[in-house]
Amino acid sequence: MSSLSRDDVAKLAGLARIEMSEAELVALSNEFTVILDAVARVQEVAGADVEATSHPLPLRNVFRADVVVPSLTPEEALSGAPAQEEQRFRVPQILGEE
Amino acid sequence: MIRLSAAEMAAKLSAGETTSVALTQAHLDRIASVDADVHAFLYVDIEGALAQAAAIDAKRAKGEKLSPLAGVPLALKDVMAQKGIPTTCGSKILEGWRPPYDSTVVSNLKKNDIVILGKTNMDEFAMGSSTENSAYGPTHNPWDLTRIPGGSGGGSSAALAAFEAPLAIGTDTGGSIRQPAAVTGTVGVKPTYGGVSRFGLVAFSSSLDQAGPCARTVLDAALLHEAIAGHDPKDSTSINAPVPQVVAAAKSGDVKGMKIGVVKELNGDGYQAGVRARFEESLELLAKTGAEIVEVSAPNFEYALAAYYLIAPSECSSNLARFDAMRYGLRVGDVDGASAESVMNLTREVGFGKEVKRRIILGTYALSSGYYDAYYGSAQKVRTLITQDFTNAFTKADVLVSPTCPTTAFKIGEKANDPLAMYLNDIATIPVNMAGIGGMSLPSGLADEDGLPVGFQIMSPVMKDERMYSVGAALEAALLSKWGAPLLDKAPIMGGAK
Repeated sequence: MSSLSRDDVAKLAGLARIEMSEAELVALSNEFTVILDAVARVQEVAGADVEATSHPLPLRNVFRADVVVPSLTPEEALSGAPAQEEQRFRVPQILGEE
Repeated sequence: MIRLSAAEMAAKLSAGETTSVALTQAHLDRIASVDADVHAFLYVDIEGALAQAAAIDAKRAKGEKLSPLAGVPLALKDVMAQKGIPTTCGSKILEGWRPPYDSTVVSNLKKNDIVILGKTNMDEFAMGSSTENSAYGPTHNPWDLTRIPGGSGGGSSAALAAFEAPLAIGTDTGGSIRQPAAVTGTVGVKPTYGGVSRFGLVAFSSSLDQAGPCARTVLDAALLHEAIAGHDPKDSTSINAPVPQVVAAAKSGDVKGMKIGVVKELNGDGYQAGVRARFEESLELLAKTGAEIVEVSAPNFEYALAAYYLIAPSECSSNLARFDAMRYGLRVGDVDGASAESVMNLTREVGFGKEVKRRIILGTYALSSGYYDAYYGSAQKVRTLITQDFTNAFTKADVLVSPTCPTTAFKIGEKANDPLAMYLNDIATIPVNMAGIGGMSLPSGLADEDGLPVGFQIMSPVMKDERMYSVGAALEAALLSKWGAPLLDKAPIMGGAK
């Protein structure tokens, strides 16, 4: 039986950049016990001799001619920005103080 | 006028018996009168739709050659970017966002002069089977307002069933076009993966997502299919081949000599009695039209649901990383000195709903080092086995069939707190997405026990989409002559408009 503890869920939520309340962490941890049992069934038939399929089509690189085509203007590209400054996206601090 | 098929509306437009402005206004009036009850739309673009309609009428007056659906209105699922029009994906994180560009589907609709009425409600980021996961409240099934209209494209299916639009666009990752069609008595088609461009379709699970047509008749779906399909250089997974001749197939409906394979595993236990009865009846009707019914087996389909709920969350955990509060959408907690990471954490906490969070966490887990092989890797192997089952089955049959869903529409709230019960809705639709083939759902009648619509699913091989349209048209004609009137005539009349 698979399970995820409250601390496991907290670690995953951190990796996924989602703040979660204590109640949410506990609720998800309980749900995952059931969900993981259900999805773990894939292991019953996934033998070493079976190839993996990542995509329904045979993927290959798709190239186009290296020609400049019309694109978004800076104003359009910034039109949904939560904050902007000097024709750039203004973002919160990314690096530490030191 | 609003109860006509899209093809009939198009015929009236080209005969000069009505105008696109009049037709569009009739649908806007209908929306105004019933959508407070149905809640199919998140945004109605009254001015834009009427302006587009007037421009099309002007073109027609000048004698310009127009496309087959020119001037006919359509409802657009809110997962498709439309320039300048709010596009939320049913999520708070995109509230108020107006895309600076058109998706290729929208460009194709505009090129074909199809009038876009507005954006329809959906489960947040297309994750769900009931439209209850929309951050903007649920959509109600026009057959019974206390029931779900399916999901994730419940807004599109409800708009069709309530005669708010004759055509709609949906997207189908695990059944989000076909299941809503089934539970609302409408037609929905998931084309072959790569048949319709994904450019500008907000990604949920990129290897499974596919946009397609929703309508009230098989021919209408085919006309819309040809309008939106085709190769797109902006989508590297778009198939560079001619669009299957689905309109011709829908018009002929010839199935003589075709072999129709009944998938043994997609029936029986867990399927409601009325669903099974309508399915058997449809098989008998198809046999009378000259098709040969055979049984096929797909032993690995029983693992499809488990594989899907690893693959789709894994891909979504990666795709939804783009909602990071930096370049567009919601931003929360941007106070002086706050780090980017804390802003991301707080924004995603507030911006995403419960099911989206659940899937992002599940996907993050399935992809994490140490668990990757056991979960995501195993799911990918199941995907291979399912594709092999389809390949084998298609050596014995030209198309495969099953009920679209195990049950009719359930009550709003009934499964909201049981994710696994909710996931079971998609048990018959998911295999199609895993293999990238085509699938259609069309109405096959009402279940005796609850009087609600039942869907019949037809599956066709990669880029042989015309086959499901032939079979769909044949069955639709046989059912229509049995019923004497379209199934939706039996739905409650809403808003008094006829």
